[in-house]
Formats: sequence, C-alpha cells, structure tokens
Amino acid sequence: MTTTDAISVRGLSKRFGAVEVLHGIDLDIAAGEVTCLIGPSGSGKSTLLRCIAFLEEASAGTIVVNGQPLGFEQQADGTRTRLPAQRIRAARAQIGMCFQQFNLWPHMTALGNVGEALKTVRRMSRADADAKAMAQLRKVGLEARAGHYPSQLSGGQQQRVAIARALALEPKIMLFDEPTSSLDPELTGEVLNVMRALAADGMTMVVVSHEIGFAASVGSKIAFLDHGRLLLQGSPQQVFGKPRHARLDQFLDTYLDRGAAMLV
Amino acid sequence: MRLDLGLIASLAPELAQALGVTVLTWLGGALAAVLLGFVVALARRYGPRMLDAVLGAGVEVVRGTPFLIQLFLLYYGGPFVGLALDPVPAGLFGLAIYGAAYFSEIFRAGFEAVPPGHVEAAECLGLTRAQTVRRILVPEMTMLVLPPAVNMVIVLLKETAVLSIITVPELTFQISAIGSANYAFVESLFLLACFYWVLVEACSRLGRTAEARLSRFRFAHA
Repeated sequence: MTTTDAISVRGLSKRFGAVEVLHGIDLDIAAGEVTCLIGPSGSGKSTLLRCIAFLEEASAGTIVVNGQPLGFEQQADGTRTRLPAQRIRAARAQIGMCFQQFNLWPHMTALGNVGEALKTVRRMSRADADAKAMAQLRKVGLEARAGHYPSQLSGGQQQRVAIARALALEPKIMLFDEPTSSLDPELTGEVLNVMRALAADGMTMVVVSHEIGFAASVGSKIAFLDHGRLLLQGSPQQVFGKPRHARLDQFLDTYLDRGAAMLV
Repeated sequence: MRLDLGLIASLAPELAQALGVTVLTWLGGALAAVLLGFVVALARRYGPRMLDAVLGAGVEVVRGTPFLIQLFLLYYGGPFVGLALDPVPAGLFGLAIYGAAYFSEIFRAGFEAVPPGHVEAAECLGLTRAQTVRRILVPEMTMLVLPPAVNMVIVLLKETAVLSIITVPELTFQISAIGSANYAFVESLFLLACFYWVLVEACSRLGRTAEARLSRFRFAHA
C-alpha cells in the first residue's frame, strides 16, 4: 500500500454458508480517484463494496482505510482479531455509503434525513444541523425540497437526498452500490451528474454500477469481477481498450445487445 | 325491562365506581403490557440466543392457554409459591403478562417489517444501536403496528371482564351482582355489553385518529 491509497484490500474472501462469493480479492483504491466495480450479477461486486462499508464482515483478509484497519487487524502470526467497537466506528466514520434502494427514512423530511446523524452522531445543535443539512441539499440541487418526505420525491431526488445525507458527515470516501439501478432511465442522469461533480471535487469514490458509460468516462480505475474473482483492473483505456479480455468482451456484449454502444 | 331507569339512577354511584375500576385495570394493564411486550421484543431481537428461546417459549405458553385459567392460577395458585396478591394487583399483573405476550409478537413483526436497508443506512452513518432503535426503528414501526396494537388494547379491555372471577370489583362483577340481586340477568348483561361497546368504540376512534396522524408522511403527496 502506498501513501496515496485510501483503501487497501488484501486477500479478502467472503463466504455465505458453503458458498464463497469472494475469493482472495486484492485491490488498492487511490485517494481522489473514482474506482468502478463492474461485472455480471452474482460476480460479488456488491458484496465487496458491502465489505468495505463493513455491512458484511469478510471471512478472511483485511481492509485498511487511510491507514486504519477496518474491523479486523492482521496479527503477526497470520490470524485476524476483531477490533473494539470504538475503533470500528472510527474507521467507518471515514466512509459514506449510498444504496440502490436509497434507504431514506420515510418518517423524516429530506432535511431531517440529512441532518439526523449530525444531531445524533455529531451532537450538533438542531439549528447548526439544519443549516449544514440545508447546505448539503443545496449542493445536490434540492434545497427547495427540504421539507418534503421521501414519499413526495422522485427516485432521482431521493437518491440525491441520500447522497447529501452521506456527504453531510464529510466522509473521505464515498461508496455507491448501484446508485442508479432502481431509477427510470430519465432519472439516472441527475444522479450521475451529482456523482460527476463529486468526482470533480476530488472525492475518493468506489462505485458499483451497471452504467458502463459512466465508468468509462468518469472512472479512473475499472475493476472487473467475475465469479468472486478480480479478473481485471486498470485504467478504463487498459481495461476497455482492445485487445480486450474475452470474458469482459462477452460481458460488454450484453450491453451492446441493449443498444448501449458507447464504448471506447 | 325490569331494570328500570330509576334503578340504574339509584345505582349510578356504584356503576361509576365499577366503570372506574374497569378503565383503570384496563389502561394500567394495557400500558404495562405494551412496555413489557416492547422490552421482550427488544430482548429477543438483540439479546443472546438463549434469552430469545426462553422468552419465545414463555410467549407460546401465555398465548396457548386461556386468560381465565392463567388468572385462576395466578390468584389462587400464587400463594402456594409465595405470590399472594390482592384481586386488583393480581388482575393488573395478569393482564400485563397476558397482553405482553401478544404485544411482543406485534412488535417483533413490526421490527421485522422495517426494511433492513433503513437500519444499514443508520449503521453506516454511525448511529448506535440505541439511537437506531429510538430514531429509526420505533418511529417506522409505530405506524405499522398501530392497527394490531389498537386491536390488542381492545381485546384487553374485554378481557378485564375475566377479572370478575377473582372478585375485582369491575363492571362485570358489579353488574352481575346487581343483576342477581334484582333477578334481572338479561337486562344487566345488556347494560354491561353497552358499557364495553362504548369503551371499545372510543378506543378504536382514538386509534384511527392516531393512525391518520402518524401515517401522514407515508401517504403524503406533493
């Protein structure tokens, strides 16, 4: 791991019962870059992202976030020990997460959703939390919707609120788990634009996406997973450029079949 | 009808007192049942597996036996194990345990009905488990469990009639006594049914009002 690596994944494996969904993943994520995880359904890309968010606990291997081990620490004898809750929280605090299903809390307004953790976790006063939450909503262009409940917002707006909610805590790294997959095609653009702006601001991002066009144009690094293995990684030019890996070619064909011939 | 209005009027103070006992045992028992049921649901969700198994078995026993028999055992069997309670405390205690078994299941289902992603989002943002329960799970669950919970509160109201068998001076006990004294069984039971029905109606109206208030954000449209 170099000093500019925000996340360093080593030998990460994850099994659910008898099924191993990730096999010894090694991945470095550079600070300030956008890393896109792509691959077919069931390839393990979402599980990898969820391990980085510590929503899933890897069965083996380690993840280091800005120098801090996440959840587990590798001992000299090769065994892993679970870290105390306090250290897990500290490492996780650097990471923001956005979900495919937005997961906004339905009983709170957009402003309430964004301000909640500022009040409960950061112990900010209501006025300060509201002001900061409003500033975040402004950044995603939803200041005018602050008083709306999630049920009153479109899918794209809900995802933008969810992004604002994660950004309010000023994470150093943002994770996106298929952020546009449950949106109408017309609404994906507004979410991708917010993500583009975030990338341009220098945010370190890890994005699981089926938006190959976004990955190719915004991604600094592409990681292609297949059957729980990291098959390819590199710049978009290296990964998408010809000659292309046969398995990636096959995967991309399914996109071309759907008329999305946007690739390099 | 033999139970004429004059007689009812002359018994009004007694009836009012009996109504008071019914309402107090009902609301007291229901409140205790809700709180105890919530604690049981929390313990089963977050506690050790062993505790979940023990509480689960307890819930099954309470739900699997009639309240009448539970109350008999508590009141007449309690003294044999050093639990000698007066009728009213025994009645409250019995209602609380009986209701808690059902409320714990209502809350358990409510917790499970909240999408796991809403809890994961809270976890990612650093909310503690207690904060997540207080700020996310309970408010989201409340609107989901309100209809079955109101239903259970109504059931508990009607179960207070069973307290008459351990001589709690509530409506059923008192009106039955009046009916016997005046040889007016049908009339007294009719009067009794009216009392319960008015209370149930009041309760369900309150429940609907609460539902409408709580669900405003879920069904709200711009």
